[in-house]
Amino acid sequence: MQLTLKVWRQAGPDAPGRLETHAVEANEHMSFLEMLDVLNEGLIATGGEPIAFDHDCREGICGMCSLMINGQAHGPRAATTTCQLHMREFQDGDTIVVEPFRARAFPVVRDLVVDRSAFDRIIAVGGYITAPTGSAPDGNAIPVPKDSADLAMDAAACIGCGACVAACPNASAMLFTSAKVAHLARLPQGQAERWRRVRAMVEQMDEEGFGGCTNFGECETACPKEISLENIALLNRDHLRATLIDRSGDSSHAGVM
Amino acid sequence: MNRILALWRTAIGKKVVMALTGLIGLAFLVSHVISNLLVFTDPHHLDEWGEFLRSLGPALWLARAVLLGAVVLHIVAAWQLTQQARAARPGAYARHDTQVATYAARTMRWGGVLLAVFIVFHILHLTWGQFHPDFREGEVGRNLITGLAVTPVALFYAVAMLALGAHFAHGVWSVFQTLGLNHPAWNRARIALAVGSAVLIAGGFLAIPLAALLGVLG
Repeated sequence: MQLTLKVWRQAGPDAPGRLETHAVEANEHMSFLEMLDVLNEGLIATGGEPIAFDHDCREGICGMCSLMINGQAHGPRAATTTCQLHMREFQDGDTIVVEPFRARAFPVVRDLVVDRSAFDRIIAVGGYITAPTGSAPDGNAIPVPKDSADLAMDAAACIGCGACVAACPNASAMLFTSAKVAHLARLPQGQAERWRRVRAMVEQMDEEGFGGCTNFGECETACPKEISLENIALLNRDHLRATLIDRSGDSSHAGVM
Repeated sequence: MNRILALWRTAIGKKVVMALTGLIGLAFLVSHVISNLLVFTDPHHLDEWGEFLRSLGPALWLARAVLLGAVVLHIVAAWQLTQQARAARPGAYARHDTQVATYAARTMRWGGVLLAVFIVFHILHLTWGQFHPDFREGEVGRNLITGLAVTPVALFYAVAMLALGAHFAHGVWSVFQTLGLNHPAWNRARIALAVGSAVLIAGGFLAIPLAALLGVLG
């Protein structure tokens, strides 16, 4: 199949960027990233500069690949990362616009590569639990209701790719942050730091320069792991309680959860 | 108080303020639309309703203060969140295809601006008698009818009420999410409540300028 690609090229973080047009010959069994590999091989062979893009596992689980493809994060197929998107989703002769995920908190490093370490910093301030070291605890010593385990697993499916931010008209990180908060808040092991965690992660999220949530629902639709908006409601609920009621962090109770 | 300020400092907290102040507006508009529809029974009933409200004295002023405070907080929060959202994406996409965002959701900001302009005009028009051909103090029903007999004014009222319906359709649905109430068992009811309340409230208001435009008011 013959395709025309309009690809974002940007030499560095502060360099101006622009869309560059390339013709590429692909076949429908290629993944989107393999199609870009073919394009890059051609560019290298003719002495051009290959297009920089993020990728790692190429099996839909690492969260490294990204790309806005024809105006949709990870392209047109639901619940699919760019690496798992195949060229059979497109037609011969199509023009495909390929851009980086755009957000102030995700600065462009080069071409289609963006720096998503803002997510790492949100996790670092609260995405952990306190656990005793030493011998391993018994597997089932703490009872976890099945539905709580399921909901926690659903939230924990987040791979931190940033599609939610990319798709959100406000470039909000609410879906990501809510997934990280919810997957621990749903479990008994996450209770000790529950209220402190949500306060810290929300504060960090705002500090990184993400926008607020206006309940469009674009994030949920773009998410390759189908993280639910229910998690955002839980985040809102927990943040309200943590800010208005919870007593961890009171000066007279410092250090007490 | 420190805790409320801590909440206000976060984007989530500002959304909570918008949800709560929006609910205050909703409660007010329910009483407003029901009393408005009295114009279809006998315009003098509206005069009596106006006299009753004025007889409340300090309670009326308290209600006005609460409403004004709610509107100001709603607008300040919306302004700050809009600035934050704009700053969060400095460079626009060449192509961005939204998938599920509704018309109501996408027009919250400009629709809100339109409603703010409308509220100012509406108070100037039917409380203070500006832009009004024949305003008479205390004759509420008559002022409404003669005021809306001016076609551009009636058209503006009608457009503003359509914007109000869209604003409430997304707003009422959003209130639950923002306050943390999202559950699969209740989400269909949430949508029904949002669309239902928007249609009933905006439809009730809209009936009056529409009747004026069709020449059947009064």
